[in-house]
Amino acid sequence: MIYERRASPLHATRAAVASAWCVIVAGVALSFEHPLVLCGLLSALVIAAAGARVAGRVLLALAFALPFAVVIALINPLVVRDGLTVIARLGTVPVLGRLDVTAEATAYGGVLALRALVVIGCFALHSAAVDPDDLLRAFRRVSFRSALTAALATRMIPVLARDARRLHDAQRCLAGAPAPRRAVVRAVAAGALDRAVDVAATLEVRGYGAARRAPRGGRRPWSRHDLAFAAGAAAIALLGLAAYAGDWEAFEAYPALSAPVDARLLVLTAGLAACMLLPFADRRGIGR
Amino acid sequence: MSAALLLERVSYRYPEATAPALRDVDLRVARGEFVVVAGGSGSGKSTLLRAASGLVPHFHGGEFSGRLESGGLDTRTHEPAQIAAVAGTLFQDPETQVVMGTVRAELAFPLENRGLGPAAVARGVEEAALALGIAPLLDRATHVLSGGELQRVALGAALAGRPRLALLDEPTSQLDPVAGDELLGVLRRLNEEWGTAVILAEHRLERCLSAADRVVALRDGAIACDADPRRFLDWAAEQAPELQTPGARLFSLAGRRPLPVSVKDARRTLSAQAAPDALGSIAGLGADDRSPAGSIAGLGGDGRSPSRSIAGLGGDGRSPSGSTVGGLRHRRRKPRPEPALAFSSVWLEHRDGPAVLRGVDLAFAAGERVALMGRNGAGKSTLLRVAAGLAEPTRGKLHRAGRVGLLLQNPGDYTLRDRVGDELPADALDAAGLDHLADRHPRDLSGGERQRLALAIVLHGERPAVVCLDEPTRGMDRFHKDALAALLDALAHHGSAVIVATHDAEFAAAFAGRTVLLGDGRPVADAPTAEVLAGGWYFATQTARILGGAALLPEDGAALLRREAVVA
Repeated sequence: MIYERRASPLHATRAAVASAWCVIVAGVALSFEHPLVLCGLLSALVIAAAGARVAGRVLLALAFALPFAVVIALINPLVVRDGLTVIARLGTVPVLGRLDVTAEATAYGGVLALRALVVIGCFALHSAAVDPDDLLRAFRRVSFRSALTAALATRMIPVLARDARRLHDAQRCLAGAPAPRRAVVRAVAAGALDRAVDVAATLEVRGYGAARRAPRGGRRPWSRHDLAFAAGAAAIALLGLAAYAGDWEAFEAYPALSAPVDARLLVLTAGLAACMLLPFADRRGIGR
Repeated sequence: MSAALLLERVSYRYPEATAPALRDVDLRVARGEFVVVAGGSGSGKSTLLRAASGLVPHFHGGEFSGRLESGGLDTRTHEPAQIAAVAGTLFQDPETQVVMGTVRAELAFPLENRGLGPAAVARGVEEAALALGIAPLLDRATHVLSGGELQRVALGAALAGRPRLALLDEPTSQLDPVAGDELLGVLRRLNEEWGTAVILAEHRLERCLSAADRVVALRDGAIACDADPRRFLDWAAEQAPELQTPGARLFSLAGRRPLPVSVKDARRTLSAQAAPDALGSIAGLGADDRSPAGSIAGLGGDGRSPSRSIAGLGGDGRSPSGSTVGGLRHRRRKPRPEPALAFSSVWLEHRDGPAVLRGVDLAFAAGERVALMGRNGAGKSTLLRVAAGLAEPTRGKLHRAGRVGLLLQNPGDYTLRDRVGDELPADALDAAGLDHLADRHPRDLSGGERQRLALAIVLHGERPAVVCLDEPTRGMDRFHKDALAALLDALAHHGSAVIVATHDAEFAAAFAGRTVLLGDGRPVADAPTAEVLAGGWYFATQTARILGGAALLPEDGAALLRREAVVA
C-alpha cells in the first residue's frame, strides 16, 4: 500500500498530526474491549477512510486481515480455560489437554479479532493517507534513533512490497507450480533485515538526523485541517482517558460474559465516532 | 590544504568475517582529483567507499584500525550523517537508495537534512535535476521509476548541494551506454568546474578511465596499484589481465605500445604507427572516421555504407530474423524450422500509460544466441517478461515452442530457502558446480555464485526452449562474465535459444551471434552482432570504436593489427 496524495482533509493535514490521529485511534481500540465501542470505532474508521478517499484500500487491507482475525477468534477458545458456560466438549487433546470450549472465551476471541481489525485498519489508513516524506521530515527533529526507526517503518513497506512482487514474478518463471505464497512472504520477511540495513544506511549517508533544528524559514503555518485533526486527536485521547479512568466500560469476559450497554457507553461510542469524523466535514482547501 | 580523502594504515574486518575487507590501506586523494577504484568482485572497493562515507565502522560495526578523514572530518569522531554534509555517496542498488515518495522530495532530502532554507533547497534541487537530466521526472512518484531512472535520481540526491567529495559505487551499472556516458560527462564537469573530488568504483573501466587522474586497484582489500591510468594499464597487463580495458587488451595482444587510455588515444597511436599504405586498410583509422562495417542510423556513423546499414530508417522493422529490417534486405534462405519463440505484431500498452511494445515482430531459433540491446526504457525487460508470460500482450500473438525460463535482474529473487541444498536436488547442484555450497545460506554466496544458483533453479525441471536473462552482467567482473558467457554458450549448444537483455556491448560481442536493438518499443536493428555493434557510437565495443568496426573483440582486432603490421 503506497501513499498517493488525494484531495481529502486527512491528506491535507500535516503528517505528524495525521499520524498522531491514526495512532491515537489505534491506541483507543487497544484500551477498550466492549464490542459496541470496537464496532463503533471500526465503522467510524471505514467512514473516515471514505472521507479520505481511500476506502477501497482500507477495505482491501481489512479483507486481507480478516483470515488473521478469524484465526485469533478461533484460537482463543481453544487455549483459554476460563469461562463458566461450556458450549462444546472436545475431549482430551495431546499437549493441550482437555478442551472445553466456553462461550466466554469464544466471545472474547471475537473481541480480540475485532480489535485487531481496528488496529490494522488504522495502519492501513495511515499508510494510504499520511505522507511518509512529510513524516520523515517531522521525525528528523526528534531523537535520531527513534526517527530512524520511524523512517524505516514508513519506508520498508514499499521496499518490501516491491521485493514481494519481484520474488513472486521470479517464482512464476520456474518450471512446475510456483512456490506457495507463504514461502514468498517468508522469504521477504527473512530479507527484511537486510533491506532495513540498506535503507538505514542510505538515510545515514543522506545526512538524516544531522540537522536538529527546522530549516530556516521552513516552518509551515498550521492549516485549518492541522488544527481540526489535532483537536480531534486530542478529544479522542481525552475522551478515552476519561472513560478509562471513570470505568465507563463495564465489560467482563470472564468468568461470565457481561457487556452491559448504558448511557455512558453510548456517549463514549458516539463521542469517539464524532471526534473521529468531524474533522472530515471541512472540505475547504483540501486539494494540492 | 587538507585532502578530500585521507586513509592512513586503515584496516577493517566486518563482524564475524574471518578475513579483513581492507588491509593497511594508505591513500590520499587531493581536492578536485578524479580517482577510479578498480578490482575484482570482493576486492574491497565497496568497503573502501563505505569507510570513506563513515558507514564503516559506525553503521556496520566490526574491527577498524588506522585513521580516515573524509572531507577533512575524521570518521572515528564524526557520524555518517555529519560526513554526508561534505561527501555524497551512491551505492550499487538503487532500489534501497531512494527513500522519499517523489523525485523532488528525494533531491531535497539531503539539503533539508543540512538545515538549508527553502530557497537554497529549491535551487539545489533544480541544479541537481538539470545536471543529471532528470528535470522531467521531478514530480513523478519514485515507486514508478525504472532502475535506470532510480539510479540517476539516487545520484542526484548524492550530488545535490555540491559535496566536496563524491563516493560512487558503480553508478552506471543500471544505465544504458548513452546515459552512462552522459553521467560520466556530468561527473567530469562536477570534477572540473566545481572541484568535486570523485572516487568512482567501477568494473567497466573502459567507460571511465579517460576521465580519471589516477587509478587505485584493490586486491584482497589491499592496494595493489596506485598510478595514473596509463601506468595502471601497464601494471594490469603484467599483473592483473582481468582488469585490462578491451582497448588495452587489444594493444597488448597485438604487441603495441603505449597502451591506450581511451579510444581517441588508441586511434592516435595506431595512426601514428601505421605505414601510410596500411592506414587505409584498417577500417576507420583515417581522419574521416568512416565506418566500413556499417552504421546504425540514428545512433551514429554516417550511414554511407548502404549495403551494411542496419537501422530502421524508412523501414517498419517487421521482419526480424528473416528478411527485412529497416531497409536491410537479407537474402531469403531455405524455409526455417519452427522458431523457439516468435512475436507477431505484439503490442503492450499500459492502461492510462504509454505503449511499451509497439508491434514487435521477432523470431528466435533454437540454439540461437541473441543480445537484446537498447537504451533504458526501450522495452527490453518488458519484451522478456512478455516472452516468459509475466506480462500479457494487449495485441498480437506469441508463439512458444516450449517453456521460457527467465532470469530476472536480481538472482536473489529465486532463492526462498535458508540452505542452498534445499533450493535444488543434489544432482542439479552437482551439475551446476555448486554442490560444495549446499550448506551455505544463499545470501552468503558471492554475486557470481548466486547467479549460477539462480540460473540452475531456472533451468531445473523441464528443459526450457528459451532462456532469457535480464542484465545478467550488472556488477560482474570480467572473470565472471567470461564464465557466464561459457555457460550460456553451452545452453545454446544444447538447443535452447538464449536471449540476453544487456547494456554491455563487450559481453554481447563475446556471447551473441545476433543482436536486436530496440528503440521505443520496437526493433530498430536486427542483424548479426558483428554488424550491429561494429559501427555505432554508443552501441559498439571499444575495439570496434578503435578499429572503426573492423573487429569487435580484442582478440580479433589484435589478429588484424598483427596482420597489418606484417603487410606493412
